[in-house]
Amino acid sequence: MTGGANTAALPRTRSARGLVDLVFRARELSLVIALAALVGVTAAANPNFLSGQGIEDILLNTAILALLAVGQSMVVITRNLDLSVGSVVGLVAFVTGDMLASGWGVVPGVALGVAVGAACGLLNGLLVSLCRVPALVVTLGTLYVIQGVCHYIAHGRQINAADLPPGLLALGNGAVLGVPYLPLITLAFMLAIGYYLRAYPSGREFYAIGSSPEAARLAGVPVRRRVLVAYLVSGCLAGLAGVLWLARFGTVIADSANGWELLVISAVVVGGVAITGGVGSVYGAALGALLLTTIGSALVVLRVNPFWQQAITGALLLLAISVDRVLALRVARLLRRRSRHG
Amino acid sequence: MSDPPALALANVSKSFGAVRALREVSLELFAGQTHALAGENGAGKSTLVKTLAGVHRPDSGQVLRGGEPVTFASPADAQRAGVAVIYQEPTLFPDLSVAENIFMGRQPRATLGRIDRGAMRARAGELFARLGVTLDPEQPARGLSIADQQLVEIAKAISRDARVLVMDEPTAALSGNEVARLFSVVEALREDGCAILFISHRLDEIFALCRRVTTLRDGALVATEPVSGLTHDDLIRRMVGRDLGALYPKQDTRPGEVALRVDRLTREGVFTDVSFQVRRGEIVALAGLVGAGRSEVARAVFGIDRWDAGTVTVAGRPLPAGSPTAAMGAGLALVPEDRRQQGLVMELSIERNIGLTGLRSLRRGLTVSRAAERDRARDWALRLRLKYGRLADGVGVLSGGNQQKVVLAKWLATGPSVLIVDEPTRGIDVGTKAEVHRLLSELAGQGIAVLMISSDLPEVLGMADRVLVMHEGRLTAEIPRAEATEESVMAAATGTGRAA
Amino acid sequence: MGRVLRWDVLVGALLVAVFAGGSLATPGFATVSNLSFALGDLGEIALIALAMTLLVVAAEVDLSVASVLGLSSALVGALWDAGLAIETIVPLVVLVGAACGLVNGLLVTRLGLPSLAVTIGTLALYRGLAYVVLGDKAVAQFPPQYTALAVDDVPGTFVPYPVALFVLLAVITGVALHATGFGRSLYAIGAQEQAAFFAGIRVKRIKLLLFVLSGTVAAFAGVVFTLRYGSARADNGLGIELAVIAAVLLGGVDFDGGKGTLGGVIAGVLLIGLLRNLLMLNDVSTEIQSVVTGLLLIVSVLTPRLLALVRSRRPVLKGSS
Ligand SMILES: Nc1ncnc2c1ncn2[C@@H]1O[C@H](COP(=O)(O)OP(=O)(O)OP(=O)(O)O)[C@@H](O)[C@H]1O
Ligand SMILES: [Mg+2]
Repeated sequence: MTGGANTAALPRTRSARGLVDLVFRARELSLVIALAALVGVTAAANPNFLSGQGIEDILLNTAILALLAVGQSMVVITRNLDLSVGSVVGLVAFVTGDMLASGWGVVPGVALGVAVGAACGLLNGLLVSLCRVPALVVTLGTLYVIQGVCHYIAHGRQINAADLPPGLLALGNGAVLGVPYLPLITLAFMLAIGYYLRAYPSGREFYAIGSSPEAARLAGVPVRRRVLVAYLVSGCLAGLAGVLWLARFGTVIADSANGWELLVISAVVVGGVAITGGVGSVYGAALGALLLTTIGSALVVLRVNPFWQQAITGALLLLAISVDRVLALRVARLLRRRSRHG
Repeated sequence: MSDPPALALANVSKSFGAVRALREVSLELFAGQTHALAGENGAGKSTLVKTLAGVHRPDSGQVLRGGEPVTFASPADAQRAGVAVIYQEPTLFPDLSVAENIFMGRQPRATLGRIDRGAMRARAGELFARLGVTLDPEQPARGLSIADQQLVEIAKAISRDARVLVMDEPTAALSGNEVARLFSVVEALREDGCAILFISHRLDEIFALCRRVTTLRDGALVATEPVSGLTHDDLIRRMVGRDLGALYPKQDTRPGEVALRVDRLTREGVFTDVSFQVRRGEIVALAGLVGAGRSEVARAVFGIDRWDAGTVTVAGRPLPAGSPTAAMGAGLALVPEDRRQQGLVMELSIERNIGLTGLRSLRRGLTVSRAAERDRARDWALRLRLKYGRLADGVGVLSGGNQQKVVLAKWLATGPSVLIVDEPTRGIDVGTKAEVHRLLSELAGQGIAVLMISSDLPEVLGMADRVLVMHEGRLTAEIPRAEATEESVMAAATGTGRAA
Repeated sequence: MGRVLRWDVLVGALLVAVFAGGSLATPGFATVSNLSFALGDLGEIALIALAMTLLVVAAEVDLSVASVLGLSSALVGALWDAGLAIETIVPLVVLVGAACGLVNGLLVTRLGLPSLAVTIGTLALYRGLAYVVLGDKAVAQFPPQYTALAVDDVPGTFVPYPVALFVLLAVITGVALHATGFGRSLYAIGAQEQAAFFAGIRVKRIKLLLFVLSGTVAAFAGVVFTLRYGSARADNGLGIELAVIAAVLLGGVDFDGGKGTLGGVIAGVLLIGLLRNLLMLNDVSTEIQSVVTGLLLIVSVLTPRLLALVRSRRPVLKGSS
């Protein structure tokens, strides 16, 4: 290679790099734009949407979903899946509620909830990483088991807000400086996990595993340990989400988050985390959760016929992932055309 | 030698089911020496490499490090012991950047144990500069050509500052320039006291680089000896157990009518204005540096990628863009460059893979005839001297060279009139290489038009009736057989020669 | 690597064991009427599982099937209310199902989106449309000659019509998957899509076809469901996508694609069905049934792995082949 070839190549790769960066950031950027457009349109139609109460509602509703999405994306990034989160939330909410109603303190209650979640995550993680059983099968199985156990424990009863300690309910509905606790908790976890995954060598290993498990093994990455940790984190966050669920709603029946597993996965996917692993960020996943929740609230505020709401949510979800994809394809083609002889 | 070997195998055996991949093999690698490992496809070279790397544990025998027995329970163990390995098949993380691929697990650290991305990028840049390649460290590994992947693997291995460097066919996908750069880097590492094990089916490279050579045949050690006393033929005899005829048997044929005509074909940003034709009975080579756009042209012609402008005509009939099915219908066949992703379905058996291109012709009534499928596979396995256990075995357990034969079989079985082969002898041993060459010659003799992409210059010069040379996405020269020399082809390939 | 124990064989053996055990321990289980009821009860899941098997072998998935079923049911109700004849309604509804599948397929093949993501979206969309069509009301007054079709036996046998239909479709699907070039293509696509494309297989067209098939079958299952219960509702079949997937997984079809047999899936469907029936006959509560289903899933995948682990004393290196 002559020096000439080298210098000629440099600007080319620079511009390519800028574009590549743009594509990766574009995932989060396009979510923000979509969100802004949605909020703008809705607020124009009904200014109440942007009232303090309206925003607070959205944040509260997002917090739990986003927390679950953060945990789930950690699992998805390693090319696995955790379908059991919805049932874990239901189980934890009920069991914790039961204990608190029978006189436990708030702190032991929260600890219990997280511990139950951690145990579920550990079980999933051990089965997937040690026994090498496909994640989808395992977590679908634990979904059914946990669901059944929850119904068995509940036996048709329900937990009433009146029986819960006020401290817990304050956690769910209180605020500092006008910002409710729930979204702050979620934000803290999102930032911590997101930073860890991006900036730490062991964090990058989660991406490496999802990108190519075989290559990860050959590169000396402790694949099993990382996958186990991903499930453990997802389980702990699901446990925490269960406690927050109880704190927010107060009154819960058995398996109250039934079906949330798919909602959480939607948020993760809309947020740009590739279901095939190795790509995406927890920030994107949390943004995805925010977008989904905002769509729901906007439809209510716009007084859309409730029968239409679900259909519209689905259509918007499809629109979001399609537009994202089309943009990515366009940029990739642009990149190719510029890449040489440009 | 008074010092104990840096790394050694003592009487190591390893079996996979009924296949005895290694039988009582011993090997010693000394600091500051380059050692070659030679053998036919399936001789057990990669198995030996994986034993050194901690991927496989020996059934019996020992791995010795500095004279002491060690147990590598995992690749991580071997890495910690200072063994760096370039595997035969690239093992990259497609979603991560090239720099992250190189430094996974040992990234440069900043404060609080965080990754220092700037330093990581800079060090990757330095490595590429040392290897003389222009790869962007920030680029994702997805979409890199096999050669670029191989270069990233090399960068990864040399970045480890290892005491032992094991390279399983690192040059198989590379062309002359990159090989020369690699050799100078390896030479420098050797002088720094690194012990090196080098595997290649290109015997010239063994003679150019290595001090000693160990030959394996059917998993057993044949000999370990200094290279200096050996001739090519000696080495081939050790590997194959017999003498071999001429390596490049291409006879002059009288070309027939035009079978494949490519006219001003352009895919933006990839290749531009490529025009050429291939006649029946002709072997036309497409030469050039890695990344010149040769494989991309082949892919477009076969319909894998769409082209933006131009035409492709087969036997006078224009081909639609972007349809491999139509291309096959017109009598085209493509033996692709990446056998693991494109050539084979690794989970499927040998017979299913060979049958995959003939699902229509194997049909009896509504269903596929298993007997016909098996016959087709058996027939071609025999003709290509495939080494296998049973035809129902997964193709994934075959050695690299034998996998390549299955790809060839799969396409030759379609009875093509135009055969495009992309690096047909990548990773194939000398004996089989001669067979493949004989086969290609024979096919050309039967009136098939052959377009051969190859980075192996002697192969290009020996086989081709005409050599087309590409440089940075354009066809820069067409050189008839009589005028094709290493110099003329390399000059056109590097863009320093005359323009076409 | 000797094949230690094939998953689908294991599930088959388990099926036989459950059947034998059930016949001995539970009176009223092995009777014609009970079995015929148990099979009929499985009908929709079994039908949908056939199409799902093809998709999963090709490394895709359709989570929207239950919603298509609901949409189809809602349409049947709305159109019946509007005074159309069942003979007109059924083809119309099935066509809508095919269109639903087409949308899934186009999004997956044209845009290259992962099917899991696409069909989670259409899961919400189609279920939403079902509510748009019928709201939360129920349409129930179907004439008995039609509802009878969904429960009655084929004359002269003790096989209900839906089961007979299932058997017919299962045979066709089995032949298509295991003996034709089409089936070979599916395995190739599922295991290594790129290589399949390089071999001249029309990957996108085949995938599109599979999604259309899945939508069609789901819509038809919606008709059966509606007639069997004699009630058209938008929330019919809510959540059965997971039951279908459980059956397919239990049958040993690998979600990474390229592996599995239809026999395994049928055994899986029957196993889940018979077990639920047995538990029901023994007055075991539904929550325990759910636990048993979950455990069954886990155990069925765990056993072969553990056996392999025990035999080789240490983990198999790559995905065991
Ligand atoms: N994981 C495995 N399972 C079963 N058989 C295997 C496995 N790995 C290798 N083999 C078999 O062991 C033998 C040696 O294979 P190996 O890959 O070591 O050959 P090689 O010398 O590297 O050949 P090549 O030059 O083609 O790369 C072959 O017969 C191969 O089929
Ligand atoms: Mg090898």
